[in-house]
Amino acid sequence: MTPERRLRGFFMAASKILDSPTSVGTVVPQTARFTEPLPLRSGAVLRDYELVYETYGELNADHSNAVLVCHALNASHHVAGVYADDPGNVGWWDNMIGPGKPLDTSRFFVIGVNNLGGCHGSTGPLSINPDTGSPWGGDFPVITVEDWVDAQARLADQLGINRFAAVMGGSLGAMQALAWSIRYPKRLQHSIVIACAPNLSAQNIAFNEVARQAIITDPDFNDGHYQVKGATPKRGLRVARMVGHITYLSDDEMANKFGRQLKHGKLNYTFETEFEIESYLRHQGNKFADHFDANTYLRITKVLDYFDPALEHGGDLTQALHNVTAGVLVVSFTTDWRFSPERSREIVHALLDNRVRVTYAEIDAPHGHDAFLLDDPRYHRLVAAYFERVHREIAS
Amino acid sequence: MIARNGTQRPDYAAIAQSVQRGAHVLDLGCGDGTLLKYLQQSRGVTGYGVDIDDGNVLACVKNGVNVIQSDLERGLSEFEDNSFDFVVLSQTLQAMRNTERIMREMLRVGRAGIVTFPNFGYWKNRLQVLRGRMPISENLPFEWFNTPNIHLCTVTDFERFCAERGIRIVARTVLTGGRPLTSLPNLLGELAVYHFAG
Repeated sequence: MTPERRLRGFFMAASKILDSPTSVGTVVPQTARFTEPLPLRSGAVLRDYELVYETYGELNADHSNAVLVCHALNASHHVAGVYADDPGNVGWWDNMIGPGKPLDTSRFFVIGVNNLGGCHGSTGPLSINPDTGSPWGGDFPVITVEDWVDAQARLADQLGINRFAAVMGGSLGAMQALAWSIRYPKRLQHSIVIACAPNLSAQNIAFNEVARQAIITDPDFNDGHYQVKGATPKRGLRVARMVGHITYLSDDEMANKFGRQLKHGKLNYTFETEFEIESYLRHQGNKFADHFDANTYLRITKVLDYFDPALEHGGDLTQALHNVTAGVLVVSFTTDWRFSPERSREIVHALLDNRVRVTYAEIDAPHGHDAFLLDDPRYHRLVAAYFERVHREIAS
Repeated sequence: MIARNGTQRPDYAAIAQSVQRGAHVLDLGCGDGTLLKYLQQSRGVTGYGVDIDDGNVLACVKNGVNVIQSDLERGLSEFEDNSFDFVVLSQTLQAMRNTERIMREMLRVGRAGIVTFPNFGYWKNRLQVLRGRMPISENLPFEWFNTPNIHLCTVTDFERFCAERGIRIVARTVLTGGRPLTSLPNLLGELAVYHFAG
């Protein structure tokens, strides 16, 4: 495809979204500044920090219709809509959020926020360390889900939201939604926990460790201070993303999409890309390495590894969820082997033991972990019906 | 499982009579959640429905009923021992592959169980069998070849099943045309409602 044709396609896609009655349309990110120091789980303290966020819909008079959408590994505050100066950049959960969509912005005031340690504008390794005047780089503290949730709670304070109608997320985003219900039980009415796990399995940590080692052993990594050296560990980041991508798809989905298809129609007996799957992974790796920060990636994989609310209760998840008062919707996908339905059922079991108002749905979808981001009518109908219920509750 | 969606079924009132106010209830094979919604409104109960069907799970969410999507044939491993006051299995027993297991599971997770099922010994059913046909009625609406009901039984069969396994029957209501009967339940009863305990 010529660049002109690609550009035209890109604008046509964007104008389609802008014209669509179910898009939130053009959005503008905002920045919130916090000067009260934030103590982190690691013992470190962030003296001051910024969070970049977007909002869609209108906050109602009694501030009861706010929904916080938490992002997963590689996403950002750009959850829905497009940017005026970058109309091809569609929010990562645009199929879920908008007027008339499952999370209906004509009813709810929706907030997307880039988490601490991120690389999309919130304070993170790319930001300037006030103590040194140089970018934090490898010195940026290691963070946890709980730190993120604490920072989000301060953003809620600034926006005048005492209690969320719901906090929602998929994958690592779902861990935040669950942590909200544990940490701030009175500050949310519902928690929507999609494709989640109560902690990572050894296999999951292992994948993350491969990803981290790929980055750390890249000669351009320089202990995380690559920015000041003018180099980026792109090779490592690329491999890290390739490993990740394998785990987001199911075996069947990969077989359907790529099978053993060849890129050039025949075997060439070289180490160039021969199979379509190789080409796909390299493309995903390259795309990612061009826009994502390696230090952020390292930290976010750690955020995943550390999440384990049962840990401080001797491994007893029921005890960990003892304070939950929110209604909880738990959704899993049958072919998700990274965060399998069995792991979601552990959460459900612990919520049932605590007599929490929990609903659990297991969606029979072929797409693996990625299913939570895709259009699946059964999944979207369910989330829509749940938000209908949330809406009825706040209206009464 | 028998179609049980949307309408108020005759066994609901009988079930509600056994369920004390404010009880914690698990409704197995809950369909669209009509029974739980009814029990929530009439008896102030809390609890959950369990169903395997996507459409029923969605309908429960729309009905404001908490539902857990799960296959009853795999047991009730999500639920702890004695975590419910009542476990209800309404017009589903006869469709279960492993009847004995679900009865034991009901008594494991609940302090008491309530089952309802169409009485195969009902005289109209017997008459159809005598005429040489498998019975079809309001409570047994399927043909022999498409029925999900693989373990039909009579009132006498069920009571014998319970006696042999040390399951104590606390109360029995047998209904015909929605009204309770007092005599000849196995012959005149269309629908049986049993409240039992371990």
